[in-house]
Amino acid sequence: MKVLVAMSGGVDSSVAALILRDQGHEVVGVTMRLWGGESDTGCCSVSDVDDARRVAQQLDIDHLVFNFSEEFNEHVVAPYIQAHVDGVTPNPCIECNRHLKFDRLIERGHALGFDAVATGHHARIEASPEGDLRVVRGEDPKKDQSYVVHMLKSDDLAYTLFPVGQMNKSEVREIAQRYGLRTAGKPDSQDVCFIGSTTGREGFLGSRIAFRSAEVVDIDGSTAGQVEAVELVTVGQRRGLNLGGGPTRYVVDVDVANQKVVIGREQDLYVDSIILNRLSWPYQKDAVKSPTTILVQGSAHGARFEGTLTIVDEQTARVDWKTPQKKIAPGQTVVFYDISDRFVLGGGVVTR
Amino acid sequence: MSNIGLTRDYVYLDHAATSPMRPTVAEVMKPFHDQVYANPSGSHRFARDARRVIDEARDNVADVIGCRPGEIVFTSGGTEGANTAVLGTIRRRGGVAVCSSAEHHAVLHCVEHVGGRVLPVTETGVIDPIALRQTLREMSDVSLVSTMAVNNEVGSITDMQEVSRAVRRVFPEAVLHTDAVQSACWMDLRDIWPNVDVLTLSAHKFGGPKGVGIMVVREGVVLEPLLFGGGQERDRRSGTHNVAGIVGTATALRLTDNERVSEIRRIGLLRSRLLDGLEAAIDCAKRTMISDTVAGIAHVCLEGLENESLLYLLDEHGICASAASACASGAMEPSHVLAAMGVPLQRSKGALRFSLGHTTTESDIDITINAVAQAATRLLQAGQRKVTAQ
Repeated sequence: MKVLVAMSGGVDSSVAALILRDQGHEVVGVTMRLWGGESDTGCCSVSDVDDARRVAQQLDIDHLVFNFSEEFNEHVVAPYIQAHVDGVTPNPCIECNRHLKFDRLIERGHALGFDAVATGHHARIEASPEGDLRVVRGEDPKKDQSYVVHMLKSDDLAYTLFPVGQMNKSEVREIAQRYGLRTAGKPDSQDVCFIGSTTGREGFLGSRIAFRSAEVVDIDGSTAGQVEAVELVTVGQRRGLNLGGGPTRYVVDVDVANQKVVIGREQDLYVDSIILNRLSWPYQKDAVKSPTTILVQGSAHGARFEGTLTIVDEQTARVDWKTPQKKIAPGQTVVFYDISDRFVLGGGVVTR
Repeated sequence: MSNIGLTRDYVYLDHAATSPMRPTVAEVMKPFHDQVYANPSGSHRFARDARRVIDEARDNVADVIGCRPGEIVFTSGGTEGANTAVLGTIRRRGGVAVCSSAEHHAVLHCVEHVGGRVLPVTETGVIDPIALRQTLREMSDVSLVSTMAVNNEVGSITDMQEVSRAVRRVFPEAVLHTDAVQSACWMDLRDIWPNVDVLTLSAHKFGGPKGVGIMVVREGVVLEPLLFGGGQERDRRSGTHNVAGIVGTATALRLTDNERVSEIRRIGLLRSRLLDGLEAAIDCAKRTMISDTVAGIAHVCLEGLENESLLYLLDEHGICASAASACASGAMEPSHVLAAMGVPLQRSKGALRFSLGHTTTESDIDITINAVAQAATRLLQAGQRKVTAQ
């Protein structure tokens, strides 16, 4: 097969390319240039492109750079900024996977005559009993990335390969070491790639939007203080609220329109259910019975909790927790897994 | 490093990026790597041998440009020349630097760096004469004007005499620089030089070696050097002479000058064949330039298609072409030249530059037309499939 491998310059995608090459495929590596501005972290710095290119040279495969910075700005950075203005907590990595790493890459792969695209994600693909393809958790429970690729539909999955999905991270590093790949010891990327580690989120947003102050009130109605930027406050947060000591308080609600942050005790964070929109179903949604008992994961490597999923309408769903769970900030993506916690059923974005 | 680039047959239509070194040039350079290796600034007989070949090279170059040998400064390339012209003027005299928005980044980024004025271009990519005259009238302290003689992306030709007149009328003392990097193959440099104070060239664009450039500085014009040190090139550019490179450069420029008239005719026909062929074979392909351009550049836009994809498919056919400049990561940037000319993004995204030169043949052109047509068909089909799928 002719495979287009997305190479970020990290160890996982380096090994993905290596495995495919050794399986006898005709492999072309591509690094997507996403963020055009300044940053020193994440997957689009020039030194990462250098690493990807050097690994490709070592593997004796071709290497290209695609400039997707315009789309990245449109689909990831601009919505990220707007989400803060709207007072919700965005998930830029999910949007990048949805629109860039897969949509655009798959489109390019088809146009340029490739038989498949591949990435270094720790996830697996299998056929459901109905014949659709679905995303299964990666072999390494600590590195599983099914959460960030949950939105892939059966058609996309039929065109996608995750060569390191059945490996533990230690095996990936060992292979990289054995072949002497320069990325073998490279640490995993952690932060949002377009945010510099010195300026941080505050610096990034501060030069793009005007922060507004907000009153901090206790859940009982009493005024507790003030924050300078309501846009930077997230549900669940307990630091940086300028409360000056006293018992630990958590943000339980952010009301941007009224410039108000509500705080409370830890137990005030617990809710019985969450409402979701922007639902995505990897295969026919009729295949997911409603109501049905599922496990829900609310962040990239977060814990999962049991609940009952009810599809309210085309774009709305509700999860009723088996036991009350801490609030998930609006804007965050949650992913639904089957009750055995093995494969993805779908996902959505928390509205409240 | 074993067999890089040697095992495949290429159709090479990227002469504006770099033109293959002429075999004669490679040959004349050889003795100066390992036989005549002395530092020409030395005081022994051996050094004087090396010094002599540089002096002769300088005479040769001056003859082709129509300037005095003493006005020639050998540099490391076009970028160094442009940097010296802009930064060297402003550091020496202060004042404001002015250039057009379609300049090569070697000029544009320097002018921006010193807080200069960037003027609009016409729809053909040359500095807008009206904007130029108006800016000159409005400003009190212009010390440098820099406009390229030939645009490197679209090939448009600036009337340097007109620019010169406009500048001289208001600021007779200002330094007028032209980036003539893309001119050497296609224009008689003797016609350009009388209009300007500083003219810069890059050897690898005319079949010479990479890493060597020529900066011609009119007698009496003093630029602050970028490089200080041993005082070579009459204190205008320190650094040990690149003897082999300078010899190769002079040889390549002489050959280019000798062949120029016949090459313009030959390449001009091939360029027309390419543009006509592309427009006939591909519905969405349209030549970008209706006006006069140099013979070596054929610029087309395939509206609705993406040049990143087109270039990949051409590369698969062994065809080397280009789009715009690349950033540090190697990713292609949208063309600032086309943007300055007012070409809509929808068209400029499908921009392709084919640049022809001394190795280009008729069969190169025919293979290319065929390959671009195939690539365009493939991408159009893929686009339709995507629309249908939605």
